[in-house]
Amino acid sequence: MIRFENVFLRYPGGREALSGLDLHVERGELAYLTGHSGAGKSTLLRLIALILRPTRGQVFVNGQNTARISRRRIPAYRRNIGMVFQDHKLLYDRTVFDNVALPLVVAGAGRKETGRRVRAALDQVGLLGKEKRPPVSLSTGEQQRVGIARAVVAKPPLLIADEPTGNLDPGLSEEIMSLFTRFSDVGVTVLIASHDLALIDRLGNRIIRLDSGKAVADGVPPPREGDYRG
Amino acid sequence: MVSSRIKRYLARHLQMLFGSLGRLYRQPLASLMTVAVIGIALALPAALHIIISNAQLLGGRWDSVADLSVYTRLDVTEEEAVALAEQLRTRDDVAEVTLVTRNAALEEFRRLSGFGDAVAALEDNPLPHVLVVRPVAGQDSAAAVQALAGQLDALEQTDIVQMDTEWVRRFNAIVDVVRRAAIIAASMLAVAVIVIVGNTIRLDIQNRRSEIEITMLIGASRAFIRRPFLYSGLWYGLAGGLVAAVLIQATLGLLSEPVGRIAGLYGSDFRLASAGVAGTAALVGGGALLGWLGSWIAAARHMQSIDPR
Repeated sequence: MIRFENVFLRYPGGREALSGLDLHVERGELAYLTGHSGAGKSTLLRLIALILRPTRGQVFVNGQNTARISRRRIPAYRRNIGMVFQDHKLLYDRTVFDNVALPLVVAGAGRKETGRRVRAALDQVGLLGKEKRPPVSLSTGEQQRVGIARAVVAKPPLLIADEPTGNLDPGLSEEIMSLFTRFSDVGVTVLIASHDLALIDRLGNRIIRLDSGKAVADGVPPPREGDYRG
Repeated sequence: MVSSRIKRYLARHLQMLFGSLGRLYRQPLASLMTVAVIGIALALPAALHIIISNAQLLGGRWDSVADLSVYTRLDVTEEEAVALAEQLRTRDDVAEVTLVTRNAALEEFRRLSGFGDAVAALEDNPLPHVLVVRPVAGQDSAAAVQALAGQLDALEQTDIVQMDTEWVRRFNAIVDVVRRAAIIAASMLAVAVIVIVGNTIRLDIQNRRSEIEITMLIGASRAFIRRPFLYSGLWYGLAGGLVAAVLIQATLGLLSEPVGRIAGLYGSDFRLASAGVAGTAALVGGGALLGWLGSWIAAARHMQSIDPR
């Protein structure tokens, strides 16, 4: 689903965020990206979203060489990726329903289908019944769940999330992470950048650790004693 | 299948059209100010246009009368005047000669001037015969009329020749100058409307920058993001055109009575012509077009620099 081949990325100004990164995430897999800030997690996700283009190397997403996707075709490409952000990036002058409906509106879905799918997505994140509320009236955790509903409403095959639990307390973080696990269970490829090692260590999924723009460790952590899953 | 897609497409556009109207409605003061400025900018050239077309209407009434008045010497008898009229009618460059004899002229003067009693006190009729000579159409250029006037002036019976049309020509020349000035003013004000709308839309784009970035991340095309801004510009221009039409109609309403009074004093039934349905439609449509153009330029220029980070 996602393949990075010897990818370099140098920002204007000279800072090198990725230095020869190789990475492969299978279709339907759930993987966490971790590493201290500046290790290249966000940069990696931005390359997948085509917010950035690599300085060198190649990025394949869903079998497509992203270098071949022209600027004009980026919108259509992005509609196949659900994105979740640390700051939610909701539109605060619209209702929860309108926020979640946005990807469908952008794709030109019909009114009836939109209503049905928005309610289904809100149901999945446990916010059914709050669709008419403005996002500011919701808690941070609920706002993040609105962001997740928006990311999955169009049923994209790939979901990427940049520090989705960055602003949440541990209980809420775990709730959010378990949502992602559920999407992965139905075949969605999920890639989550998170520095919350304590949390993701416990979840028993693949963890890719980045350091100085390279993948330095990759694998499923062994179950530890005292872990509720263990 | 295809028709349902078209229906959906139209429904989406309509939704955006009224969505952008709603957005303007939610910030009424700012929107009203923009609309008022656009309205005034559109009303100025439109008012000039109406003044000019009225002036042309007025000038047109006189223009067909490119006449020369030939005043005979006082010792010319009525028979001689009739003979002179006959003689002039045979000329190739003369279309028509109307003779106003001195008696008829005095009678008319008595009737119309209000000096009836004073005229009755006169022993002799002080007025000469007048021959109103109309040049043949096509030979009424300034030079031709001038030449004809010269020849008429040279006749032995003639006292003076007056070219009635000279000041009409001057008037028309002035109208031409004003019309050209109006076209220039209209072009400049059209540019002003584009700039006003463009600037308003530019600010709008800046204020909604994060929203635009988010929508881009979700996979909206630039055309999709541009659309509500284009509709906003359309609404601004349309509303500005309506304001201009109302301003003009109100001005004409205020002016029509005094203008009618002046015309009445000159014995004319002249009435101010209004913009009419076609003119008003052109004004409102033109406003909408300029608004759309302004927002399109602003969107093309300022959206280009926005890319999600």
